[in-house]
Amino acid sequence: MEYFLQQLINGVTLGAIYGLIAIGYTMVYGIIGMINFAHGEIFMIGAFVSLIAFLLMGLVGITWIPLALLLVLLIAMVFTSVYGWTVERLAYRPLRGSFRLAPLISAIGMSIFLQNYVQILQGARVKPLQPVVEGGFNVMQKGDFVVSLSYLQIIIVTVTVVLMASFSLIIARTSLGRAQRACEQDRTMAALLGINVDRTISLAFVMGAALAAVAGLMFVLYYGVIDFYIGFLAGIKAFTAAVLGGIGSLPGAMLGGLLIGLIETFWSAYFTVEYKDVAAFSILVLVLIFRPTGLLGKPEIEKV
Amino acid sequence: MAVDTSDKPTGIAAADIPAMLKDAAISALLALALAIPLFGFRVSSLGTGQGFGLEQRWDLVAVTVAAVFVGRLILMPALRAVSNWLRERRGQRSAEATETIQTVLRFAKLVLLIKLLVAAALWPAFPWVDRWLLDLGILVLTYVMLGWGLNIVVGLAGLLDLGYVAFYAVGAYSYALLAIHFDLGFWQCLPLAGAFAAFFGIILGFPVLRLRGDYLAIVTLGFGEIIRVILLNWYEVTKGPDGISGIPRPTFFGLPFKRNPEEGVTSFHQYFDLDFASTHRIIFLYYVILILALITNFFTLRMRKLPLGRAWEALREDEIACRSLGINPRNTKLTAFAIGAMFAGFGGSFFATRQGFISPESFTFIESAIILAIVVLGGMGSQLGVVLAAIFLIGMTEFFRELEQFRMLAFGAGMVAIMVWRPRGLLAHRDPTIRLNDTKRGGGA
Repeated sequence: MEYFLQQLINGVTLGAIYGLIAIGYTMVYGIIGMINFAHGEIFMIGAFVSLIAFLLMGLVGITWIPLALLLVLLIAMVFTSVYGWTVERLAYRPLRGSFRLAPLISAIGMSIFLQNYVQILQGARVKPLQPVVEGGFNVMQKGDFVVSLSYLQIIIVTVTVVLMASFSLIIARTSLGRAQRACEQDRTMAALLGINVDRTISLAFVMGAALAAVAGLMFVLYYGVIDFYIGFLAGIKAFTAAVLGGIGSLPGAMLGGLLIGLIETFWSAYFTVEYKDVAAFSILVLVLIFRPTGLLGKPEIEKV
Repeated sequence: MAVDTSDKPTGIAAADIPAMLKDAAISALLALALAIPLFGFRVSSLGTGQGFGLEQRWDLVAVTVAAVFVGRLILMPALRAVSNWLRERRGQRSAEATETIQTVLRFAKLVLLIKLLVAAALWPAFPWVDRWLLDLGILVLTYVMLGWGLNIVVGLAGLLDLGYVAFYAVGAYSYALLAIHFDLGFWQCLPLAGAFAAFFGIILGFPVLRLRGDYLAIVTLGFGEIIRVILLNWYEVTKGPDGISGIPRPTFFGLPFKRNPEEGVTSFHQYFDLDFASTHRIIFLYYVILILALITNFFTLRMRKLPLGRAWEALREDEIACRSLGINPRNTKLTAFAIGAMFAGFGGSFFATRQGFISPESFTFIESAIILAIVVLGGMGSQLGVVLAAIFLIGMTEFFRELEQFRMLAFGAGMVAIMVWRPRGLLAHRDPTIRLNDTKRGGGA
């Protein structure tokens, strides 16, 4: 029971990170129907920017941790968004209206490019970060086994919940969100009604990248080590999360992220660590076979 | 850093200059924002036990931003002028006589094809071809074969398979394991390896082939990774990350390529009364892969004439129409998937016998991406395009081995550039093999 509780806490934390990345996939898919394969790399860049920003805070002398965290969060979101915007502008916008697989292939190329770009600029070695937030509660104790809930885990889950709530609010209430939803339903009609479709799509990429940057920041804080390759697996798992929840659906992405995080943690805890990636992929395959629309997705009607 | 897409006139009028400067400045600003975090700082070790610190590289940022500014200012108008000029020329050309040009082009293609074939057949005989070039030839041909195999799946049937390397791995491991545990030779294992790979293709393809294109791509990617993870962790059978070594080399109809064969075995050079040379084996391997590749090509060309091949192309163009005409999409796709996998299996067992050593390292996602890039670059569905793309991509990367770290960078950027510039590939050939009446060119999918 204690072991289970501990894994539950760990799984929810991991799920929060996946959920934040998954939103980027689901939003882009919802609007332009493409899998942004390079999104995992955007997450990786977010992690690198966060790491650099943390080291910079130390250099500048900002040691009060809440302020440093907030500043790093802002820096990471802003700079990573620029990357998200540029990727869309260079690799996807020229392909709008091309045949269906072209953007996906372009995205794979972009993903390979960004991986090697970061590898060349920052080196291939694993980069560690000293623990920034330490300590936590002991929730429960039984014998030697202590169920702990660290402050970091609380921060991660809280920030995720706050971001997702505000994000849902943006989509539901603001004119920007209305434009997003309009483009999702019918891009041509939205354009006819005076919505700047290109800008709306760009903004979807920017928002997705900003959320991925937050996920990257949390990844750095939580695991303490990153390298240029983390985007590939995290990206695929987040995509799995988006599909599991129903691609195109924002609450679905959050739910899917949570489920994938839990499944992966429990799989590692109760079965084998080696095959935890296989577990995630198998779920992706099973979901696509038995419920291609995901848990909360709407069925897709193919028009002739 | 394109910011502006509006079509400006070709001539650079004086009035344009402020606008161009502004445009270049915006690009430079964007480059600055991109460069500051990753160019400006580098996380580097402060020495053992000292932790990590930041190395500042503002000169690099300045150079990048300046390069983007100047590049945007000079290069973009030049590029635009060139593309306008090309477009005008193309317009004129199509206005003139497309018919004759088509004929000439077809003829030129035929000549190129014959040249390539002769060059490939005589490659080991050329005086300047040394061991390195021979190995390069084998490598290029391996990728040509894999490209042709994947072309059946991607180019003809229109199924984007990102896990093609999984079948390559299945072929390689089945040859290695069969040869080591059951003492079978290369030629006995080759069909078995192909059959195993095809079988895997059917098992994997059966549940997922009804998915839409991009879902299918991700699922196949997932399968590729699953197979790799299993190869890495199933230590009892695959020896995990250590890989399998001591895989038997192929024999020339039972004659081994050994200087001192075992008692009672005649070696290749003894049988033909030649002096022993290690290149004999390499030349033999070269011809094996050449023949395998040509078989793949011939098979594909014949398939395109069969009802099944026609059905693949029809499915690629319009699945709903096919279904309403009574084609079973799943079975048709499954055959394409299995046949593509079979050729990957052949390629894999050739790879295993050539290397003598295999490990999961050789079967990563990047390998799938390279094969896919060859197919895409060549123009999906074009057999000749695959050859040219393989020569270009593999040849280039081998020639620039010293620039190892920039290799994949250029590779990724190239993939994006090709998609942006010519989404249909260099030699676009997605026209159906037959068409009933010539109403409109080019189908969309």
